[in-house]
Amino acid sequence: MTQKITSRPVGAVMVVGGGIAAIQASLDLADSGYYVYMVEKSSAIGGVMSQLDKTFPTNDCSMCILSPKLVEAGRHPNIELITLAEVQEVQGMEGDLTVKVLQKARYVDLGKCIACGACAAKCPKRIPDEFNQGLGKRKAAHVKYPQAVPLKYAIDAENCIYFQKGKCRACEKFCPAGAIDYEQQDQELEINVGAVILAAGFKPYDPTSYPQYAYANFTNVVTALEFERILSASGPWMGHLVRPGDEAEPKKIAWLQCVGSRDLNHCDHPYCSSVCCMYAIKEAVIAKEHSHAELDAAIFFMDMRTYGKDFERTYVGAQEHGVRFVRSRIHSISELPGGSLRLEYVTEKGQSKSEDFDMVVLSQGLEMSPDAADLCRRLGVEQNESRFAATDSFAPVATSRPGVYVCGALAGPKDIPLSVMEASAAACAASSGLAAGRGTLITEPVEVPQRDVRGEAPRVGVFVCSCGINIAGVVDVKAVMDYAATLPNVVYVENNLFTCSQDTQDKMTEVIKEQGLNRMVVAACSPRTHEPLFQETLQAAGINKYLFDLANIRNQDSWVHADDPAAATEKAKDQVRMAVAKASLLEPLTEAKLSILPKAMVIGGGVSGMNAALNLAAQGYETHIVERDNAMGGNARMLRTTALGEDVQEYLGELTAKVEAEPLITVHLGTVIKNVDGFVGNFKTTLTKDSGEELLEHGVALICTGAGEYKPSEYLYGQDSRVMTHLEIDQAILGGELDLSKINKAVFIQCVGSREPERPYCSKVCCTHSVESALAIKEANPEAQVAIIYRDMRTYGDRERLYQEARSKGVIFVRYDPDTKPEVVTEGDTLLVKAQDPILQRTIVLEADLVGLATAIVSHQDEHLAQMFKIPLDQDGWFLEAHVKLRPVDFATDGVFMAGLAHYPKPLEEAVSQAQAAVSRAATVLSRTEMMLPGTVAFIDQRKCVGCGVCWTVCPYQAIDQDENGLAVVNEALCKGCGTCVASCRSGAPNLRGFSNQDVLAQISVMLQG
Amino acid sequence: MSEENQFQPRIAAFFCNWCTYGGADLAGVSRLQYPPNFRAIRIPCTGRMSPKFILQAFRQGADGVWVSGCHPGDCHYIAGNMYARRRFTILKNLLEYVGIEPNRLHFSWISSAEATKFQQTAIEVIESVRALGPATRMVKDIGKVA
Repeated sequence: MTQKITSRPVGAVMVVGGGIAAIQASLDLADSGYYVYMVEKSSAIGGVMSQLDKTFPTNDCSMCILSPKLVEAGRHPNIELITLAEVQEVQGMEGDLTVKVLQKARYVDLGKCIACGACAAKCPKRIPDEFNQGLGKRKAAHVKYPQAVPLKYAIDAENCIYFQKGKCRACEKFCPAGAIDYEQQDQELEINVGAVILAAGFKPYDPTSYPQYAYANFTNVVTALEFERILSASGPWMGHLVRPGDEAEPKKIAWLQCVGSRDLNHCDHPYCSSVCCMYAIKEAVIAKEHSHAELDAAIFFMDMRTYGKDFERTYVGAQEHGVRFVRSRIHSISELPGGSLRLEYVTEKGQSKSEDFDMVVLSQGLEMSPDAADLCRRLGVEQNESRFAATDSFAPVATSRPGVYVCGALAGPKDIPLSVMEASAAACAASSGLAAGRGTLITEPVEVPQRDVRGEAPRVGVFVCSCGINIAGVVDVKAVMDYAATLPNVVYVENNLFTCSQDTQDKMTEVIKEQGLNRMVVAACSPRTHEPLFQETLQAAGINKYLFDLANIRNQDSWVHADDPAAATEKAKDQVRMAVAKASLLEPLTEAKLSILPKAMVIGGGVSGMNAALNLAAQGYETHIVERDNAMGGNARMLRTTALGEDVQEYLGELTAKVEAEPLITVHLGTVIKNVDGFVGNFKTTLTKDSGEELLEHGVALICTGAGEYKPSEYLYGQDSRVMTHLEIDQAILGGELDLSKINKAVFIQCVGSREPERPYCSKVCCTHSVESALAIKEANPEAQVAIIYRDMRTYGDRERLYQEARSKGVIFVRYDPDTKPEVVTEGDTLLVKAQDPILQRTIVLEADLVGLATAIVSHQDEHLAQMFKIPLDQDGWFLEAHVKLRPVDFATDGVFMAGLAHYPKPLEEAVSQAQAAVSRAATVLSRTEMMLPGTVAFIDQRKCVGCGVCWTVCPYQAIDQDENGLAVVNEALCKGCGTCVASCRSGAPNLRGFSNQDVLAQISVMLQG
Repeated sequence: MSEENQFQPRIAAFFCNWCTYGGADLAGVSRLQYPPNFRAIRIPCTGRMSPKFILQAFRQGADGVWVSGCHPGDCHYIAGNMYARRRFTILKNLLEYVGIEPNRLHFSWISSAEATKFQQTAIEVIESVRALGPATRMVKDIGKVA
């Protein structure tokens, strides 16, 4: 069949992978009007992040922050999860692609499996558990991990006794839902989409190929990912820190950095894996916290690369916490009798040392997985020298094949926030060509008219779930049902085998209508997983969804009191009584509708701002750029080249021309923001320019205000014209004032103004920038003597190649410590740099025609802007995102996003992808004509309010304002329903809908009546 | 004394939706067992915890109260748990002043992944209240317990 090119692009996107990047890309697309097929190779989504214990730098529990995203993706009506599946080929053109997918048989019917675990409990076959890195065991009938999405079991045919030997079928026999289906076959699917996003992640490097580290032979040498599982509360030892060899508690642990990174001897990996320094610090600190006895944690490293937001603080904090940092690459490990390990190494000063540890963790690097490499080859996606998917700095999420985009570690080693950010960027890039197909393939929920139940006496229906035997096996469900029938306001009681099954939902809808119920209580599992489902059922029956409560008689009753059925039954009765008491008092809540003005304001006209504006325009939204300067371009006007060697000025010229030619973009030059009113969807901003004031109405705002350059007072800067900053050198080269071929002796000094007590952060780009400049000098004049005086070379990722190139071309690298900083002096006309060489242990004196200062990037500390948009700044003056890991371009304030240096120092390609990411997040708002706000918000009884101001002081969202009478009033568009105001008011004026004082007090009152 | 060991305390628990309630759910998923001596009320955030909920529980005859939320810095609502901590400290002083033993009131930080910690804390809370015997100080109808 020939491909017909349709006039309208297909409004669906396929996302390949199931990790955090794939999840974020899918959610962004599905929330902005595209149907998403998510193709995951294993039986559940979650990726590597689900295996981690904590995440740096905040040490958030990884699963806790991931889990809500998993559930959201799993429940989204416009995301179709295709698990156990791999993409075979992609045909067609961007906008209309046909993807062939091979889905393996699961042997479990997804529609029937209730995830009770009976199959795994009865399965006789135990095999090493991949999720626990082989440190634990799983069954052939298994679920990938307890919080897996979809939470459905799978049978691994390769290890299943029935499939291998023809006998067993224990799972089938014991499955209470009849979900086991041995007849399932692999399926070939053909799916039509407009674009494909590859987010297949990475493979942790397998250190078996390092014979000197003997990972394969010494049981107490573990990989970092194994160590994550050891630390994890859901891991093989329930978070108890032991070593695998003898399950003894280690007292001394060593981390060895750069295993499978920055190494051409044991593996073909010259690149830096970008994340290992930070995860090693995190693991060391967490291990010290987990350890019962005092733990000695030592990290052996070459350069500590803590270049991200708040990373340097984490590094310094770890040192204060007692983690030892030893600058040395370990040569070899030997095993001692009893299983401990001896490390032989040479210090920076050349001394030979030997130290024994109970356990050694190998900080394994990240590499391209062979499966993902095959996928790239099948799809015709080019790979770079390091074998990751190739991209360029100005289109950082586009692959070599039009219509195929990439994000996350598949395009090079990176941490979670960068992966999430790129995921949003890829969603933006993939959908910008599909705007005409937006909204064509998604399903909108059907709205059922709601019956007005106000004034009716409560008629509560109680549905008690047996959950197969999960509840009924412990709790006397019949007794609970009979008891419920005796409670006040209860008019109907029913027991279901599986209340959550689709056919039960349909029956419940009928029952609610027939019985004239106006409140519903379900006694079953957890509201955290099932409340939305039952609320939908209530809604389908024409009853307000807030007239519902759930009694948790499974997770918090039958499962935890399995050995005391009588007590569990009594507890279930109490829980039902409390739920009925609360439900009887509940009132229907209205969800306020907010109209959304599909128009964006971008603050700042640098590379981030211009990219944001162009991408917004490509999505079809009118956009206004507000730039305080009289020209566009920002800091990029002073930059010569990117790390990949692309010409920045040429790019900037093209970008500016595109912005000027775009009819949907209006540029306001020489303009500042005077005032901001309103909230998401409805901002009203007053602009001030020479010609006067102008009011701009917009639905979202993107903060792309950039940052500045630190102007040093040290190293003779400003006193000797040969001492210049980075940007000054680039500018002088661009302007033709500096001829590099005339430079014979150049010295670069790193960390000028960065990693200092007053600016305790790394500026991220300066190491690479100095290396680029050094290479440019070497190219113009190969005889030139170039030295770089540094603290740690932070040429992360593929930038490491530049560092190696500079070394091979004879650039000299001299390390310094903060207490032995270099000095710049003049002797006559001669400019000299004096430095303490730690290896030679003597002062070296370098003559220089040019001294380049790698100066810090400093924030604008824009408190005025922060206050106007009600967004926070961190202690260094960078705008503080909603969540450093998972919401890197959002703010806690809805409808406000950010990109570029305003967030933190970053190279150009990250600024570009961040701009695309911010647009993707903005599109989730702009693509809707209206937004529903949750009904569970606070309100103020003004008769009780005295205007004391406590509530608006404690409100974390600044959702409470003072009205013209000085009294409090809640802005429902900003309120998130935490209830802090309610508990703080001394007059009892605020109350929280859905969790009112009356609701909670009613539950307390009946709690002990049983 | 064996009779004291028989005492089954009745404890009112308040868990925030995002952390401890999730931890309690996960304890269930992991089938971690603990005694059935508390009844939990789900609240959006420990910042929602009005002191009167605690007082009301004691007045209704609860032998102990357990409030548990997110770890500092992990609050779903930015800082609600910090307000809760401050309020709790003051209330605890007050309760001590009126004669309620400090061990009747517990506050903990348990994340949605800390199933084991949830189980251990549940046992600790129950045992420490059990050791104190029935609470009578604030019960409305003193005749019932006297």
